[in-house]
Amino acid sequence: MGKVVIDEEFCKGCTLCINACPQHLLRTAKRVSKTSYHPAELVDPEGKCTGCGLCALVCPDAAIQVYREKKAGVKEK
Amino acid sequence: MTEKKFMAGNEAIAEAAVQAGCRCYFGYPITPQNEIGEYMSWRLPQVGGCYLQAESEVASIYMVFGAAGAGTRVMTSSSSPGISLMQEGISYIAAAELPCVIVNMMRAGPGLGGIQPSQSDYFQATKGGGHGDYHMLVLAPHTAQEAVNLTMLAFDLADKYRNPVMILGDGNIGQMMEPVEFKSPEKPFVARKEWIVTGAKNRPRNIIKTLFLDPVILEKRNLAMGAKLREAVKNEVRFEPYMIEDADIVIAAYGTVARIAKTAIKILREKGLKVGLLRPISLYPFPYQAFAQTAERVKSILVVEMSLGQMVEDVKLAVCGKSRVHFYCRVGGMVPSYDEIVAEVEKIAKEVK
Amino acid sequence: MEMEMVSGRPKTLLPVPTHYCPGCGHGVIHRLVAEVIDGLGIREKTVVVAPVGCAVLLYNYFDVDAYEAAHGRAPAIATGCKRVNPELVVFTYQGDGDFAAIGTAEAVHVAARGEKITTIFVNNAVYGMTGGQMAPTTLLGQKTTTTTSGRASETAGFPIRMSEMIATLPGAAYVARVSVSSPKNVAQAKMAVRKAFETQIKGLGYSLVEFLSQCPTNWHMTPVESVRWVEEQMVPYYPLGELKVPKEEY
Repeated sequence: MGKVVIDEEFCKGCTLCINACPQHLLRTAKRVSKTSYHPAELVDPEGKCTGCGLCALVCPDAAIQVYREKKAGVKEK
Repeated sequence: MTEKKFMAGNEAIAEAAVQAGCRCYFGYPITPQNEIGEYMSWRLPQVGGCYLQAESEVASIYMVFGAAGAGTRVMTSSSSPGISLMQEGISYIAAAELPCVIVNMMRAGPGLGGIQPSQSDYFQATKGGGHGDYHMLVLAPHTAQEAVNLTMLAFDLADKYRNPVMILGDGNIGQMMEPVEFKSPEKPFVARKEWIVTGAKNRPRNIIKTLFLDPVILEKRNLAMGAKLREAVKNEVRFEPYMIEDADIVIAAYGTVARIAKTAIKILREKGLKVGLLRPISLYPFPYQAFAQTAERVKSILVVEMSLGQMVEDVKLAVCGKSRVHFYCRVGGMVPSYDEIVAEVEKIAKEVK
Repeated sequence: MEMEMVSGRPKTLLPVPTHYCPGCGHGVIHRLVAEVIDGLGIREKTVVVAPVGCAVLLYNYFDVDAYEAAHGRAPAIATGCKRVNPELVVFTYQGDGDFAAIGTAEAVHVAARGEKITTIFVNNAVYGMTGGQMAPTTLLGQKTTTTTSGRASETAGFPIRMSEMIATLPGAAYVARVSVSSPKNVAQAKMAVRKAFETQIKGLGYSLVEFLSQCPTNWHMTPVESVRWVEEQMVPYYPLGELKVPKEEY
């Protein structure tokens, strides 16, 4: 289980993350952000995001924070 | 008393630089100043310094930019065509307020020209050969010893004003051997260098740059450059008045030509003509006041240059018509002999009677 | 269930929105370089020399000491800096105009000298900042504002493969060409950048990483089309991979 948080101060709506997401969970938001872009947004009602981070890899603006479920008892890597 | 050594100007300049604390030299071979790089190539490693022959004068001047930005005393040297290649870099160095010393042993131009002595880069050196409002401080030695003293001074002025300083000579000054001694300055100038690039450890990052897209900011920088140069004009004018107190006619000349003028003056004096010399040592800042005061008292000034007439314009600016400015030149690498100068002065003396 | 953040903004990359166009490769490359600097723990002894081009303002984004070079002269400035402080990690970040046009002599000789610095060379096949003119790396047939009917070799010559050229020089210890056109390529690119910096730190010689980078604005494409164009048009002419690794393998 995972999720991503897209920081709208940095996202320029370039859609590269949307193109990279293997689960197709990202889409361009209808609304316009403070920085006058249509930012990407995560739409994951069924919780399919695995926190794989491919979206963050291709993001030109380091706008995406990736989260993964903390495995109980696993040592900090 | 430091012992005297018999050295050519080029090598004396290199040794002076090392003794002034220069620890980096980047350059490219070009006659008539090859000996500076050659000397540095074995001398700098002896003091833990870096000698690097670059792929071009363009690369050399930007290596100087890098080393100056890293906080070391750094020098390059070249001759006219090479100095032309460095002009953009010199503009960047001035804009970034980086201290460095640039030696130009002028040779006849334009184009590939010749390798014999010349003074035809005066405008390029003093009026700024690169783009934008800036000036190098320009010092013109006329003996090997003076070249040593001015090179050492140049490093202090470069740090004091955070500005490039040029030593302007020619093949004569570079190749002629004379006895020199190296007296390090009593109190060497210690520059504050908190702005240098050394890695942002325990401090905010330092950025050495010259792009200022906002004209409000760039104007402030330009005006600050103007103020700095006015300071230099106020404090750094240097010239040598030679037998000028009772002179009716004054010769204006610098560098190699000034040496020859001194001989001519000796002969003219023996012939009963009261002639003196006003020799600019700093070409920028130019000694305007000295010429203005001389013009009050002297009817004729003879400017002698190895160019089609460049410093003569500054003399005219200073004199403002108060006395007649005559001009004599040899160009193309031809060096005026003292008897030519004697003849020119005698011609002027006849007109004045 | 509690979540932990596994990837975010590297420390060396300042939290400043960039001036780059949406989808531009520079942003990804900046992040990778910043991640490697963080990873190697060298921020406090790293110096970047910025080019003239879109990336001229990169010192606003990297929290490291920086120079801004004249067009094409970054390797010379880097040489001057490194020779004064050999313990610094010095890298130039240059575009194709900077590295493959006006600065070609500096590019060749910094490698020929085996200068212990690293170059991040961003090849986006056009001059970006000035509005999309032809670059030395513009492909044959590629339209730009100065090759409006497509680059023709009879008049405008052939695109230059800088990495192959530099790799022939003994002073070049590590040379790789990478791209940021897909997650896989981005991951591999990061490894190449890391190896390049390690080559420098170990003093093995000059290191170069050439990035094929998308320029949606001047290619008149969407970001997604532009990364596809990198893979379908650029990669065939500029093959990806490590062209040279130091003898003393990792």
